[in-house]
Amino acid sequence: MSQANAQALSPQSAAAAPPRQRRQTSDRAIAWLFITPTIVLLVVMNIFPLFYSLYLSFNDYSVIGSEPPKWVALDNYEKILTSERQRYWHNFTVTGRYALLSVGLQLIIGFGLAMLLREKFRGSGLITTLILIPMMLSPVVVGLFWKLIFDPSKGFFNYLIYTNPRGGAEWLSDPTLGLWSIVIVDVWMWSPFVMLLCLSGLSAIPDYLYEAAAIDRASAWFQFRRITLPQVMPLLLIAVLFRTIEAFKAFDVVMGLTGGGPGDTTETVAVRLYSEAFLGKFRTGESSALAYIVLIIIIAISNLYIRALNRAREG
Amino acid sequence: MLKKSGSVFILVAMILTLAIGAGGATAAPKAQVTELTIFWAQWPPADYLQEIGNRYEAETGIKVNVVQEPWGSFYDVMAAEWAAKGDAYDMVVGDSQWLGQGAEQGHYLELTDFMVENGIHETVTPATLQFYGEFPAGSGRYWAYPTEGDAVGWAYRKDRLEDPEEMAAFEAEYGYPLAVPETWDQLRDIAEFFYRPDENVYGVGVYTQKDYDGMIMGYENVMFSWGVDWWGEGNQVIGVVNSEEAVEALEFYKELYGFAPPGTNNAFYTEMNSVFVNGQATMIMNYFAFLPDLLNPEVNPYADVTGYFAGPAGPYGDRYTALGGQGMSVLNYISDERKQASLDFIKWFASDEVQQQWADVGGYTCNIAVLESEEFLTNTPYNAAFADSMTFVKDFWNIPAYGELLEPAQRYINGYVVGNVGTAKEALDNMAIEQHEILVEAGVLEE
Repeated sequence: MSQANAQALSPQSAAAAPPRQRRQTSDRAIAWLFITPTIVLLVVMNIFPLFYSLYLSFNDYSVIGSEPPKWVALDNYEKILTSERQRYWHNFTVTGRYALLSVGLQLIIGFGLAMLLREKFRGSGLITTLILIPMMLSPVVVGLFWKLIFDPSKGFFNYLIYTNPRGGAEWLSDPTLGLWSIVIVDVWMWSPFVMLLCLSGLSAIPDYLYEAAAIDRASAWFQFRRITLPQVMPLLLIAVLFRTIEAFKAFDVVMGLTGGGPGDTTETVAVRLYSEAFLGKFRTGESSALAYIVLIIIIAISNLYIRALNRAREG
Repeated sequence: MLKKSGSVFILVAMILTLAIGAGGATAAPKAQVTELTIFWAQWPPADYLQEIGNRYEAETGIKVNVVQEPWGSFYDVMAAEWAAKGDAYDMVVGDSQWLGQGAEQGHYLELTDFMVENGIHETVTPATLQFYGEFPAGSGRYWAYPTEGDAVGWAYRKDRLEDPEEMAAFEAEYGYPLAVPETWDQLRDIAEFFYRPDENVYGVGVYTQKDYDGMIMGYENVMFSWGVDWWGEGNQVIGVVNSEEAVEALEFYKELYGFAPPGTNNAFYTEMNSVFVNGQATMIMNYFAFLPDLLNPEVNPYADVTGYFAGPAGPYGDRYTALGGQGMSVLNYISDERKQASLDFIKWFASDEVQQQWADVGGYTCNIAVLESEEFLTNTPYNAAFADSMTFVKDFWNIPAYGELLEPAQRYINGYVVGNVGTAKEALDNMAIEQHEILVEAGVLEE
C-alpha cells in the first residue's frame, strides 16, 4: 500500500500524530545511484588502463617480468621513431599503403554500388541485403576462409583470373601480392559499409534539384558533379574517416591471411604492436608507447577529416 | 520516488553480496589438499594426462584437473598468471623455451633436490632432461619433469616409395635405390622426384609458419644437421648462426620448400597433416604428437600405406631433430601444502609403472625404461622413430629473451624461404646482428 493511500484512509490519525520526518531520496541521489556503477566500470575498465598505459609508455617494463616499471622518460618513443633496427617506419609504411589502397578502393566500389542500387527495382532489397553480408562476418573467419580461397591449389581465386590456375600466383607468399590480397579481402568486406552510408546520402537528395537541373538541360555528368557528389560528400567523408581509423587498426584479417609475412612485408602497425606486446616478447612499455603513437596519428587524421567534413557541410 | 528505507535495503544487499563474494574469494586454503590443477595446452596429450590424473584420484583420493587452453593463448594465459603471481594452477606443463623465464623470474619451484633425491633425473633420457628440465644448460639445476617428449618426425607414402615402377625410375634417374631417406640429400632427391604439379603430387611438406615459431621449428632440423647451433662459445651468435654451413642449410631448406604443395607458405602442424591426408604430399615433417591423426583411416585415407621415419643425417655427419614437447613444473606461488602435493604427484607420475601407463594411453614418455621396451617400440608404427629421435633432439634458446630472439629469426628466414627476400647469407647475417644486439641488451653477451 502506498503512503498516499494510507494517509487517505486514516486522516484523523495523521492529523493527531505529528507527521514523521521521512526524508525523501532526491532526484540527484537517484541519478548518482544509477550512474555510479557505470562510472566505476568506466574508470576501472577504460580510464585507469588508458592513463596507466600512458604511464607505462614512459617506462621500461615487461608485464611478465619480476622487475617494477623503470622510468625511462621518452626513450621508448625515441626508439620507435628513430631506431632503424626497430623497423617501425616499415610498419607505418605498410599500414599507410594498406590504408590508402583499401580505403580508396572501398570508396570507389562502395559509391559505385550505391549509385547502382539507388534506383529501386525488383529484388533490389534482396540484393542490398546480400551485398551487406560480408561486413556482418567475423574478420577472423573472413581471414581464414579467404586464405582457402587464395590457396593456389585448392582455392578458386586463381581459377577466376587465370586460364591455367596451377600456374597462377601464390597470393599470400608473394611479397608484392601479399598486401594486395589483404586489400582485396578488406575491400570485399567493407565496401558494403561505404555503400550503405552513400545510399542513405543519396536517398536524402531532394528530387527537385535534379528536376531543376534537367529543366536547365544539365548533363548527367554535370548533375553528378554539382548535385550528387556535394550532397553525398559529408557521408563519404564519414565513411573515409571510419575506414581509415579501422585500417590503422588492421589486425585480424592480416593475422588470418599472412601473419604479417612473408618476412615482414605485410606487417601492419597493429600486428607489430601485438608481437611486441605479446608473443613471447612482452615489451609492455615499448608497446604502450607504440599504441600512443598510433592513437596520436589516428586523432590527427580524424581531425583533418572532421575539418574537411565541416567545410563540406558549410560549402 | 524511492524511500530512504528502499535505498538502504539496496545498499545493504549490495554490501552483503560483495562481502559474501569477497569472503568466498579470500577463503583460506585448506591444509589438506584434495585437488590439484595442472595447466596445459588444448590438445590430445592433455586429455591423456587427465586420464592418468583420474587414476591418481582413484589411488589417493586427490582429484586432478587438467585445465586446457588453446595453443594460441596458452603462453599468454600463463604469462598473465605469472605476472599476477596467481595460484590458480598448481603445475604447468610448459614449453621448453619457458624454462629460463620460469627459473630466473621465480615462477617455477626448483626441483633439483627433489629429482636427485628420488632418482627421477636418471629415469629420463639425458637429452629430454637437458631441454625440458635443466636451466641454465649444463648447470645440473632442474625446474621441470620431462613429461611429453616430442620432436619433429616424418610421415611418408609407402605406396609411392615402394612402388616398383617408381623405384625403377628413381634408381635410373639418381643412381641409387628409392628407400626411406637416411640423409637430407636423399630426402631432397625423393622430394624432387615426386614433385609433379600436373598430377597434383608434391615431394615434401615443410614448416613455414610466420606467426610464432613454426618457421624456425622446421629450419632447425636442417640447421642442426648441418652442424650449426643457435649459439657458440660464450653465447656468441655472429659467425655461428650465419656460418657457411648455416647458409648452406638455409639454401637447402628453401630448395625443399620448392618441392612443397602450393599454399603451404604459412604452414605448421595442421597444414602438414592436411597436405598429407589430401594426397598431395609424399613426405611431411611434423611433430610426433600430431602423427596419431594419420593412423586414423577416417582422417587419413592413406593410413594403411603411411610410414614413418626419424629425421635424416646432414652432409657432415651430424644428425639432429628439432625438439617439441613440454616439461611439468610446480608453480612457486601456491601454498607449501600444494607444493608438496604437486611434488607427490610428479613422483608418482615419474615412476616406471605410471610412465608405462602414460605411454599406453597415448602420451610420449621420456622414461628410458619405457622407451627401450619392446612393447613401446611396437605399440604404434611411429614409436620406434620417436624413441630414436629422443636421443638426438636439440632446441632453440630457452633464456627469458627467447621470444625476442625468435622474432628476427622467424622474420628473416620466412622472408627468404617463402618470400624470396634477399639471399640466404643476407637473411642470416641480418638475423645474427639483431640476435647479437638482443643478447647484449639481455646481458647474456658482452658488447
